[in-house]
Amino acid sequence: MAEVKEKREQITVLFAGDSGDGMQLTGNQFTSTHALFGNDISTFPNFPAEIRAPQGTVNGVSGFQVKFGSSRIFTPGDAADVLVAMNAAALKANMHKLKKGGILIANTAGFDSKNLKLANCEDENPLESERLEDVMVYDVDITELTMAALEDSPLTKKEKLRTKNMFVLGFLFWMFNRSLESTENYIKEKFSKLPDVIDANVSVLKAGYNFGETSEAFTSRYQVEPASLEPGTYRSVMGNQGVAIGLIAAAKKAGLEMFYGSYPITPASDILHELAKHKNFSVRTFQAEDEIAAVTSAIGASFGGALGVTASSGPGIALKTEAIGLAIMLELPLVVVNVQRGGPSTGLPTKTEQADLLQAVYGRNGEAPIPVVAARSPEEAFEATYEAVRISVEHMTPVMLLSDGYIANGASPWKFPEASSLKPIKPLYAEKTEEEYMPYARDEKLVRKWAIPGTEGLEHRIGGLEKEELTGNVSYDPDNHEKMVKLRAEKIDKIADYIPEQEIDNGSDSGKVLILSWGSTYGAVKTAVEDLLKDDYDVGHAHLRYLNPMPRNLGEVLTKFDKVLVPEMNDGQLIHIIQSKYNKRCIPLNKIKGIPFTSAEIVESVKENYA
Amino acid sequence: MSEVKEKKYKAKDFASDQEIRWCPGCGDYAILKQVQSAVAQTGKPKEEIVFISGIGCSSRFPYYMDTYGMHSIHGRATAIASGLKTARPDLSVWIITGDGDSLSIGGNHLIHLLRRNIDTNILLFNNEIYGLTKGQYSPTTPEGSHTKSSPMGVIDHPFNPISLALGADAGFIARTVDREPRHMKDIFLQADEHKGASFVEIYQNCPVFNDGAFNAYTDRGLKDENTLFIEAGKPMTFHKDKKGIVLDGLKPKVVDLTSDEYSVDDCLVHDPSDRTVAYILSQFFDNDKSADLPRVFGVIYSENRPTYEDQLSNQVELAIEEKGEGDLDALIAGPNTWYHQ
Ligand code: SF4
Repeated sequence: MAEVKEKREQITVLFAGDSGDGMQLTGNQFTSTHALFGNDISTFPNFPAEIRAPQGTVNGVSGFQVKFGSSRIFTPGDAADVLVAMNAAALKANMHKLKKGGILIANTAGFDSKNLKLANCEDENPLESERLEDVMVYDVDITELTMAALEDSPLTKKEKLRTKNMFVLGFLFWMFNRSLESTENYIKEKFSKLPDVIDANVSVLKAGYNFGETSEAFTSRYQVEPASLEPGTYRSVMGNQGVAIGLIAAAKKAGLEMFYGSYPITPASDILHELAKHKNFSVRTFQAEDEIAAVTSAIGASFGGALGVTASSGPGIALKTEAIGLAIMLELPLVVVNVQRGGPSTGLPTKTEQADLLQAVYGRNGEAPIPVVAARSPEEAFEATYEAVRISVEHMTPVMLLSDGYIANGASPWKFPEASSLKPIKPLYAEKTEEEYMPYARDEKLVRKWAIPGTEGLEHRIGGLEKEELTGNVSYDPDNHEKMVKLRAEKIDKIADYIPEQEIDNGSDSGKVLILSWGSTYGAVKTAVEDLLKDDYDVGHAHLRYLNPMPRNLGEVLTKFDKVLVPEMNDGQLIHIIQSKYNKRCIPLNKIKGIPFTSAEIVESVKENYA
Repeated sequence: MSEVKEKKYKAKDFASDQEIRWCPGCGDYAILKQVQSAVAQTGKPKEEIVFISGIGCSSRFPYYMDTYGMHSIHGRATAIASGLKTARPDLSVWIITGDGDSLSIGGNHLIHLLRRNIDTNILLFNNEIYGLTKGQYSPTTPEGSHTKSSPMGVIDHPFNPISLALGADAGFIARTVDREPRHMKDIFLQADEHKGASFVEIYQNCPVFNDGAFNAYTDRGLKDENTLFIEAGKPMTFHKDKKGIVLDGLKPKVVDLTSDEYSVDDCLVHDPSDRTVAYILSQFFDNDKSADLPRVFGVIYSENRPTYEDQLSNQVELAIEEKGEGDLDALIAGPNTWYHQ
């Protein structure tokens, strides 16, 4: 057939199906192949909150959005060029995300009367919707074609049907002219003990590819060249993975054994799963009885000279709060990871939000400041984590590392560092000297030394009661309390001397509008600023990794712009801190829908406020 | 990990420089003294001993021990100690807690430490009252008691701490009392000797808010007939051997050994490794007042099973054996990489 290969710089594909249709796996395989090919890429899995939501219903739709390209990619895309809808519910839930002129691949078997009923679409088949007028619709009976490809397979009907996602994958590989090799290898490894399953999956994968090749219906094939990424060795990484690896790397560089206390919670559990696999790094994972035991066991481990780490999401962090206060008093290292999700209370467990910033910075009883560091993307989670550990160990303080559901489950290519190039992390240990040991004596950074049990002559008692300066003995003295409160605060403030100054990520360093972002809004803002700069807007972008203390020069950066726009996936938290700290009115841009910003929303807001 | 060092200590080597702040006459003093004496006797180097406490009167204890120590937050001593012992199996870890601290706010961590069998010594100072907050009833206060927070009498059914520990599969369960210094010390030594979680309930008098709660077991005139001190391999007799415990089916009953009907040979012989016996002894409690059974003191149950921290250490060693010592570069790179020109 006539093959028209259209060159594209960037493509966004959205796989949508029932939670049992294997869309996550399809998306992940699609991603690996494109990453290996050399595209830059960013992904966004979107799962239903229920583990097995009723089949065929809109609540049970599972999605996986992926954007790849020959240029740099910072978000999984605002809207899809290609939408794969495995059933009516999937199309109903995602139709609005398809671009005008986009391609819809619909599995016709998923649009029978039963599926229409389950999706509450008896009145209007979404395939006949007006919204699809400008869309190229390809009806493919994926179910039937899959069964046909497996005519000779000994598998049961149910098992055969399970491979239909491979048909989709094979077909898209044809569409984007990609090799099947990486997925074939994956299948062979995953089902190494089940040869029939391997055969079936590979056959269906190939059938999907050949269907593109032979079917007359398809004329569009796309060519997306490799991206001009910085040369180097890359891997694909998900946010939670980046955090786990960052923790292990930092502990190892600091010469510490890691203890990880954790209670299962969405979307942080994958960090526990990842760490539990790496016991050969002397990582001790402890699945605690609750969130409080998770953090307090980590504090116990830190007292013993290990790196105590705990992670959770908002509700679990709330439970850990009292213990974080204890770690502040004890002045011991402790890393607390908060993979944020929609709140308050149980909120939206599988959706993303940035609404725990004020909790991280202020949310404890008493005067209880701690450093707060935020990751911005899956590929940067490693570095942010490494920094959180460095600050915690070198400044003897609990540190909160903020991530979120979007970073945690998203994936992107990562030009990873060599272990030898990582900054050293130096714990400050107490040693026995001629003089009497003072547990709360401080160095020029106001940091006390770590006295590890087992060290002769340094026996000492610490606790949550107010400490007397130097001796660490219990003290109710009014002047001492005030002094200690100030000392603890100053110790945290001083960390600003040991973090980099705020840089402008892109655009001008003075002018009309500065976009000040933090956390996972990075990608959307980055993309928006690139677009705005192309259109000659006078904008700059500063992205905060260090939220407490903030970089010393931040105030100065802010004064150089007429306007400061602060986009956040919450009702205005960073803006609150910035305005009170720097006395600079800023413009809020808030989205509280449990889904990330699109870059278009950022662009639009800048334009609105540009005048 | 350090090699085994034995040192010669006296009890006073474990006294810290801090002024002790319990009320005069508080049972805590006697317990402190016997703990200091017991740890001195073990000969363990003091830098390898850690005392962790929660919140409450008894939880000030670590300040008075010249070892490593932490006076932590309410109810969490058990969880903090779990992390410490897991990260540092080489240390000797003691937990000091009270009835409010470990049976109310910290109940969850206590039962989980016991089931995991983390090798720590838990000393539960049970005074059946909240002392530090000045006199509210606790989860061990008997029903009907009049306290500041129960002017019409307690309606909460109390915990039987020994039953709770048995239910959580604790590997070592004992009870002692602040007025029996030698018995206390002996129990502390046995608890320390036992590899695994050792749970010791200590009846501790609070003369300020609950004076005389344990009079029946400490008063000269009463204690003989109300207490049964058990020892492995010995028949269960009490009241100067005038009374004994025999089993009537599965039901224990008190018999008169001065009559001809029963002799010492009929009495139940204590076997701390027998779970059924332990269960029966745990029921020598106020719940069944008609039975008129004495209160049991001594090691009620003792069983050896693998500790959590040893099993975790084994997994770490096995992982290293199988995969080799972690290679950071290999971890960071992961299984699939590609080179971008
Ligand atoms: S209140 Fe009771 S338990 Fe507390 S120190 Fe005083 S006597 Fe001891």
